[in-house]
Amino acid sequence: MGDFWLPEAASTMAPEVDSLFNFVTVVSTILLVGVVAAMLWFVYRYRRQDPGERPAPVEESKLLEISWIVIPTILVLLVFNWGFKSFIKQKTVPPDAYEIRVQARQWSWTFEYPNGVTSDTMYVPANEPVKTTMSSSNVLHSFFVPAFRVKQDVLPNRYSSVWFEATKKGTYDVFCTEYCGLDHSEMDAAVKVVSRERFDQWLKESATPTDIPLPRLGEQLYSQQGCQGCHSLDGSDMVGPTWQGLYGKTGHEMADGSTVTVDENYLRTSILQSGDKIVQGYQNVMPSYSNLSEREVAGLVAFIKEQSDQEPPQN
Amino acid sequence: MSTTTQDAPVEDEAHHDEETNYLNHDTGIWSWLATKDHKRIGILYCISLAVVFLAAGILALFMRAELSAPGETIMGNETYNQVFTMHGILMVFLFLVPSIPAILGNFVLPMQIGAKDVAFPKLNLASWYVYMAGAILTIAALLTGGVDTGWTFYTPYSSTTGGGVLWMTAAIFVAGFASIFTGLNFIVTVHKMRAPGMTWNRLPLFIWGIYATSIVQVLATPVIGITMVLLILEQTMQIGIFDPALGGDPVLFQHFFWFYSHPAVYIMILPAFGILSELIATFSRSRIFGYRAIALSSVAIAMLGFLVWGHHMFVSGQSAISSIVFSLITYLIGIPSGIKVFNWVATLYKGSIWLQTPMLYALSFLFLFTIGGFTGIMVGVLAVDVQLHDTYYVVSHFHYVMMGGSVVALLGGMHYWWPKITGRMYNETLGKIAAGLVFVGFNLTFFPQLVLGSRGMPRRYANYAERFAGLHELSTYGSWVLGAGLFLILGYALWSLAYGEEAPANPWGATTLEWTNVAAIPDHHNFKRTPLVTRGPYDFHLADEVFGGGDGEALGDDVPRIPEPAPSAPTEDDTAASASA
Repeated sequence: MGDFWLPEAASTMAPEVDSLFNFVTVVSTILLVGVVAAMLWFVYRYRRQDPGERPAPVEESKLLEISWIVIPTILVLLVFNWGFKSFIKQKTVPPDAYEIRVQARQWSWTFEYPNGVTSDTMYVPANEPVKTTMSSSNVLHSFFVPAFRVKQDVLPNRYSSVWFEATKKGTYDVFCTEYCGLDHSEMDAAVKVVSRERFDQWLKESATPTDIPLPRLGEQLYSQQGCQGCHSLDGSDMVGPTWQGLYGKTGHEMADGSTVTVDENYLRTSILQSGDKIVQGYQNVMPSYSNLSEREVAGLVAFIKEQSDQEPPQN
Repeated sequence: MSTTTQDAPVEDEAHHDEETNYLNHDTGIWSWLATKDHKRIGILYCISLAVVFLAAGILALFMRAELSAPGETIMGNETYNQVFTMHGILMVFLFLVPSIPAILGNFVLPMQIGAKDVAFPKLNLASWYVYMAGAILTIAALLTGGVDTGWTFYTPYSSTTGGGVLWMTAAIFVAGFASIFTGLNFIVTVHKMRAPGMTWNRLPLFIWGIYATSIVQVLATPVIGITMVLLILEQTMQIGIFDPALGGDPVLFQHFFWFYSHPAVYIMILPAFGILSELIATFSRSRIFGYRAIALSSVAIAMLGFLVWGHHMFVSGQSAISSIVFSLITYLIGIPSGIKVFNWVATLYKGSIWLQTPMLYALSFLFLFTIGGFTGIMVGVLAVDVQLHDTYYVVSHFHYVMMGGSVVALLGGMHYWWPKITGRMYNETLGKIAAGLVFVGFNLTFFPQLVLGSRGMPRRYANYAERFAGLHELSTYGSWVLGAGLFLILGYALWSLAYGEEAPANPWGATTLEWTNVAAIPDHHNFKRTPLVTRGPYDFHLADEVFGGGDGEALGDDVPRIPEPAPSAPTEDDTAASASA
């Protein structure tokens, strides 16, 4: 029955939550069937056969009244106690948990690892407790991995966290479950559960080397920082303007009616002070990326330049 | 309708002045817009709320159409976000909260307690005008860019999105007063205006339901008003209350919001419990089993309802201790709700059950509300709610309670009191077909959503993963069946107004005062003489004035039951005469 109601279970917490879910479902179903069966039987058995029927009043039964107060009370207290114990487990982070920083913004997730690697996909080692420390750069979001049975709101003014221990290798969904505006339903990511060896290898390979060319660095950042959630490279219109043919564009129209030429300085401003110039037809929703290093900004600018065959006019 | 009572004395009595009743004693548009008659105000509310329900229902059909397949089908994200927001706001604040008290409470409550009107008729009319002002502000919100915050207005999103949010919050602030006026009026009316002999233990359970609701309305509604004002002040004057950018706290908003909006759930469901008791009693011709348990459990729910708002916030970042306490109190509310369901089923035992349309809605309610209740227990389980919070499981749960409970009870009540309100019968066959369509359509729409939710489908999503497509499609088909049922009701209701068979004074053989002592179409002042109440509301075995004779024997098929009015209370003249004698 759990398979019908619940998604794949891939964490240590999942079986516990599932058995509680199944218990409540089974007890509820039994009681529902009982109530409905009694109702239907009475409706049939005591159907009105003559419009003048005037049945004698039924005496109330104290025993019945007491029993349907006491039995449900026992049942709900049982369920409360069970739910309470599991909740405490959900809230108690194991001391040796591996920590991943989760940054939420409209409308993407970034996962940051202790060695500075950032990624738009969450990689976690299997069979090890993992703790997330989460914050939002603007509105409320909520971090939900159905397969792990974890969910926690992500707030702009304080850290929140969840922990889980993945038990099955594979790729699972991360959903945002706190409504956050336009592309709320597109604010998803993937969690990849891999073996410890694969995880270490990935972590090492993804560390930003200092010696790669700037455009390649920019390309990495494009996905790691979640730029691709809003800016396309193929000209399609997303939450933000496409990067295809952006660089070198003249007469780029802003929301306040002014126009700009897209040069390196304009791009730099747009990355670091994202709210300064808003392109006509788009919302002011991009967070500031002032946490990027000078080299990283240069890398992104170089990558954006590659997406265009124009040059801004010299003057 | 087969037990019609053409030759009933009530009819004869009404015959002398059948020209004057509350509908025709005064005519013209102004006689309606300036009316202080509780019955006419009920009708004004009924028309306004029907328009809101129609609009919000059509929005729901659009939502289901968009969700019939993954990706964009008929509207983009921005439109979808506005559509689900307006569906929620209209349904909750402008339809469900006022619905049963403002329509049926207004129409029925004074008659059921044997009063000529509510305690403050002018305040009652003011309530409708204030509600309409709220409706106009809502339209202003739509014209100034619409609202895309969800009906919950969570900050800081609602402070940043712009559009018509300020107008919408102002609308909710204003409409709240309509609710407070109605609640205040009913509390005073029930306390002060009961007919002689109408003791608290003889109050029909509909009155108990409305009374408990009124207490919640008066105590809880100011909080949403204050919250909306704070939201407006924050945005217009940049005072940091909820927005972290200004030093506020978004979780504080959630506490304020749910401090009203959870009790508001009981504003919606408690009157539905009241209607259900009336329907079950009348159509099984039985005294309500556990009358006191049902009456007092309504009051218990109204009180406990103030202490559980935090169960909406288990994953919001509130402390674990708070969550645990709120979860425990939430279960305590489950118990009085269970008591009601068991008592209603027990009322059917050894009754005489008549499956007319209103009773079909009552039986639907028992099924749907029980599912709503059990899924409520489920989302109250701390560890499980972590999985289910903000998924379709919650969406389905509250639709089982709000639509399967409140709206189905309202439909049952509207059919039940339709003859009294309009003086005409609806078409029973079409009524039964529509009740069937609503029941099947409702389950087809919302049961798949329960499964979607537990499988992890988040709510408020315009698009979704491919694996959810099948159940979403099924849910959309269900919404068409449900829509067909509701439009059928609209159709035959309008038809009945013009062509319906004329209703007798007491077509159901009911024993409460609005049926036994009021003409087929009520008089402007409800009662010719103030009734004297001598028995409980559902004492069918004592209701000789309805059934004739005192032996309970059937009079035979062709002899109609004889509904006689309950005896009149002594008038001042009588008392004066007896005193002087």
